[in-house]
Amino acid sequence: MNSSLETAKLEPVWNTNKKVVFSVVGLLIGLLLFPLVDPNTFYLHLMIMIFMHAVMAQSWNVIAGFSGQISLGHGAFFGIGAYTSSFFFVEYELTPWIGILIGILFSGIIAAFIGAVVLRLSGHYFAIATLLIAISFQVVFQRWELVGAASGIWIPLTEGSSWIKLQFHDGKTEYYYIFLILFVFIYFLTWMLSRSKIGFRLRAVRDDPQAASSLGINVSKYKIIAYVISAIIMAPIGSLFAQYILIIDPDRMFNIEISIIVLLITVLGGIGNVWGPLLGTAILIPISEYSRIYFGGTGGAVDLMIYGVILMLICIFRPAGLISLLPLHILEREKQR
Amino acid sequence: MNILSVKNISKSFGGIHANSDISFDVPQGTILGVIGPNGAGKSTLFDLITGYTKPDQGEVYYKEKNIFGLRPDIISNLGVGRTFQKLKPFADQTLLENVMIGSFAKESNITKARNAALEIIEFVDLIEKRHHFARELSTGQRKRLELARAMATKPDLLLMDEVTGGVDQKTIPGLVELVKKLKKTGVTIITIEHNINIIMDISDNILALDQGKKIAYGIPKEIQNNKQVIDAYLGTVDAA
Amino acid sequence: MTSEIILQAVISGLLMGLIYALIAAGLSLIFGLMEIVNFAHGEHLMLSMFSSFWLWTLLGLDPIFSIPITIAILAVSGILTHYFLIRYILKAKMLVQICATFGLSIFIRSFAQFLWTPDFRNVKDPILSGRIEIGNIFIGQPQLYASLICLVAFFLLYLFVNKTETGLALQATAQDRQAAEILGIPSDKMFALGWAIGLGCVAVAGVMLSNYFFIFPDVGVNFALFAFVAVALGGFGSIIGCLYAGIIIGLVESVGGLLIDPSFKLLYVFAIYLAVVIWKPQGMFGRY
Repeated sequence: MNSSLETAKLEPVWNTNKKVVFSVVGLLIGLLLFPLVDPNTFYLHLMIMIFMHAVMAQSWNVIAGFSGQISLGHGAFFGIGAYTSSFFFVEYELTPWIGILIGILFSGIIAAFIGAVVLRLSGHYFAIATLLIAISFQVVFQRWELVGAASGIWIPLTEGSSWIKLQFHDGKTEYYYIFLILFVFIYFLTWMLSRSKIGFRLRAVRDDPQAASSLGINVSKYKIIAYVISAIIMAPIGSLFAQYILIIDPDRMFNIEISIIVLLITVLGGIGNVWGPLLGTAILIPISEYSRIYFGGTGGAVDLMIYGVILMLICIFRPAGLISLLPLHILEREKQR
Repeated sequence: MNILSVKNISKSFGGIHANSDISFDVPQGTILGVIGPNGAGKSTLFDLITGYTKPDQGEVYYKEKNIFGLRPDIISNLGVGRTFQKLKPFADQTLLENVMIGSFAKESNITKARNAALEIIEFVDLIEKRHHFARELSTGQRKRLELARAMATKPDLLLMDEVTGGVDQKTIPGLVELVKKLKKTGVTIITIEHNINIIMDISDNILALDQGKKIAYGIPKEIQNNKQVIDAYLGTVDAA
Repeated sequence: MTSEIILQAVISGLLMGLIYALIAAGLSLIFGLMEIVNFAHGEHLMLSMFSSFWLWTLLGLDPIFSIPITIAILAVSGILTHYFLIRYILKAKMLVQICATFGLSIFIRSFAQFLWTPDFRNVKDPILSGRIEIGNIFIGQPQLYASLICLVAFFLLYLFVNKTETGLALQATAQDRQAAEILGIPSDKMFALGWAIGLGCVAVAGVMLSNYFFIFPDVGVNFALFAFVAVALGGFGSIIGCLYAGIIIGLVESVGGLLIDPSFKLLYVFAIYLAVVIWKPQGMFGRY
């Protein structure tokens, strides 16, 4: 390597690997054309589940991977998004598109509040607090009459399909594209975030908050920023899911399984890396959906058993996630080993 | 002008008086060496100045502004940089990324931050290692990394905690030269150092601490002949 | 709201608190030794409750008599956990450690659901049943004896850790692993012992709970959360702190449920947690 300062300055800041760029573009085109090629509703459903979980996992990645705060109760913001848009639609006939935006706003505000209180806690204390928060949400929503308590909110079905009501009953193609667009948008945003000044500073906060402090970084502020960003990523996907299944109750929306699966997907795929959550989703969600078919009633428990084992194995053998196995694992920057 | 004025600083942890009633001034553009046996309270003093701990009593004035109780990042943004005795590199990031994070204290554009970081990496003579992970670097190189990272924030006052600690003999002269080079750029430096010869060589003034108290302050020649300092150091002088 | 009803709630909370204390003590012991929070603690409690249930169902063994067996099962489980999981993550980042025991908790809970279905079970007609009446206050015998036995176990634990040679060796390892090693105390074995004892405590609590509590795969979740809060309140690393903290939590849960609303018990305990970690992060007696 040429050690001259001038040469170093002429190097591009980012290492853009042509293979990766082509793969991503190819993948995108493939995803766009997919429903036209094979409109089988099961596959569309599978892809929708993949898009959804990929976004949820990325949300967790932002708070845990980018800034190092381990949240064990991240499902809460999913529920907030789902309930907000559904509530405003049922009570005020507000189109879910606006409901989604309100959900984002609420999530952001709640995250800022919660974050201001609990983010100052160190590792374990914070993790425990997130568990308590998640269960608290479930408890509260199970008894809150305004949002239907334990029975939740049932979104009235429309005739056929309606864009303004965000419901489509003649196949899943519209849903597919909406989820796809959100997925691409969120991944693009997080990709930009990881390459921004905020991204660098978040990594500093993650790796050593004390050292970060000495470099002019307000650690609390950045932790809260990360938490708010991750919450506002979760909220819209919760809203869309509500429009997809049309029944919103505390068990479904504040389920601990949501928190578990986003954690597992990201740790499996590669925490801290923009593409890790996608890799984890691509592996886990097909397994999960197929086992639901083959194992039927107890499918849920077998799923979770496998998740638990995978999580433990990853922690023992490859904590950096599967993405570290790929020769191109650092997609942002070339690093010598 | 005195870039730093410390007045009657005291700090106790439980029953231990880490710092007792310490006062001194640091003129701009000079190097202040801080010496003292282990446990004398040197690192606590650094933590008090940079905001990692609050003093029980006393005040710290930086550029004539009272910085009591400010957060470390605010003090850093005012122009105070520091390194740590127990090195804290961002281990899973490259040297360049480490220093870039420092540059972001003053620069928002990614490319400019990157180039500013490169210049400082050049200054500390580590340009070939810029893409190496911090955890792969030797101790001496990590010391330079921390120094470079702190320098990237463009401080006016730099606190260095034991630059030559744990570094092998042949690396030391290079680090000493680096400190002198740094002084020439106009940065005021306070350095904790165990190696008496180095301190005598580079310092304009020396502050001697023992058991949390200031026992002497003056130019190297005075300190060398100060009885209290010699007593405190009897048997603990580091040979060159 | 008579004073009797309040007294009833206080006693009930106090009794429950002693059980929380023992569960928390196990958690605190493990954390004090190796700075790992056992997120699977509640699941181990659940396992001990099921162990008691199955020993009763299949062998007709009353819970009281199955205590030693369940302790043995859980102790072995603890040792296995250490050797097959914990050992590999001792030096890993906190994220990895948290995810590892979290993964274990997921696995145990779903395994229980798979094997035994989510149905609620209970031990019918155990030896300890019925009520004692003192004045107008009713105390269930199972509850009373459960708490007393937990209290006894707690003090046995305390004596062990503070007065026996092995216990002091454990403390030494907790305070400074390397120094203890130099003195000839093998930290690997101490860690395994810590797990065995920590889960042994859970075993006692679980078996006694099975006398009167419903048993189902998710039963450990709330107990675990309360245990976390207790350890934080009492101070990570302090065994005696768990006692005070457990009692406080039991009282808050019970009295809060009575005076405000029983469905939000968790929130009151959560409020304690927040108050503690924000204002006194080391807890009442903690080292951290």
